[in-house]
Amino acid sequence: MDRENENHLAVVYVKLKDGVLDPQGSTIKSALENMGYQGITQIRSGKIFEITFQKDEKRKPEEVIDEICRKLLTNPVIEKYNFEIVK
Amino acid sequence: MKFGVIIFPGSNCDYDAYMAIKTVIKQDVEFLWHQDSSLRNCDCVILPGGFSYGDYLRTGAIARFSSIMKKVMEFAKDGGLVVGICNGFQILLEAGLLPGAMLKNTSLRFICKFVHIKVENEDTPFTNLSQKGQVLKIPIAHSDGNYFIPEEGLRQLQENNQIVFKYCDKAGHVTPEANPNGSLENIAGIFNQTKNVLGMMPHPERASEDILGSGDGKYIFQSIVNFFNKRK
Repeated sequence: MDRENENHLAVVYVKLKDGVLDPQGSTIKSALENMGYQGITQIRSGKIFEITFQKDEKRKPEEVIDEICRKLLTNPVIEKYNFEIVK
Repeated sequence: MKFGVIIFPGSNCDYDAYMAIKTVIKQDVEFLWHQDSSLRNCDCVILPGGFSYGDYLRTGAIARFSSIMKKVMEFAKDGGLVVGICNGFQILLEAGLLPGAMLKNTSLRFICKFVHIKVENEDTPFTNLSQKGQVLKIPIAHSDGNYFIPEEGLRQLQENNQIVFKYCDKAGHVTPEANPNGSLENIAGIFNQTKNVLGMMPHPERASEDILGSGDGKYIFQSIVNFFNKRK
């Protein structure tokens, strides 16, 4: 059996909530302005996680990834997330 | 009274805290390992500064799942005294034992210097030997000390008098210039609602003897001992 088909791949995007100060984003923005890029009004930084995991007949992949996001990958006080199950 | 200092992989102020308690405060103290599942009858548990788990993901996010943290959470719920210093504070935030979260310093720099903090609440297990408004000189050393909490949470902190230390100038004025990292309301330290869990970014263990530049950190450790002896 092809092992590739036994796995899911999820991509999780984490970013700071709107209104939460993002010192990294604003520093990158000023760097770009110094480099001569005009008209950039905002940069918000974030993180991406690619998660490969085995298929489980008992649980939907969305449910597993959502739980992982809530428990570890994000801090709900400052961050929000979304994800896609790519396969 | 017996203190316990937890060692996480990446803790680096564990020995400083241990030495301050043993040689300056002269109380019993022992190290607790992050994989331990007992607090060995310690009366106060200290989560020291450092870079637990390399600060990967978010500061404190991974240490918060260490096996000893289950015991720390039970201990705190039962009224046990817990102190998180710097990275220890970040771990307590991630564990939900204290409200709010840490962002990167607005300067994006690691800041290591003496600062002044003002005692906002002296009626607590950690500050009872200081006075309200007293200015303490204690160093900070962090990249992520920019305290954040949503508006509703901030109001609760204020209403319950949970803010214990604010960054201030030498004369005790809480000003934007005296705020080293961008912290909301100049917050340098807070308690939980029941005031048995303290989190603070400045390092009292690094300011426990005059030869280190300041002995003001002693107030915090000695207050804990004073509280404990009176409660006994």
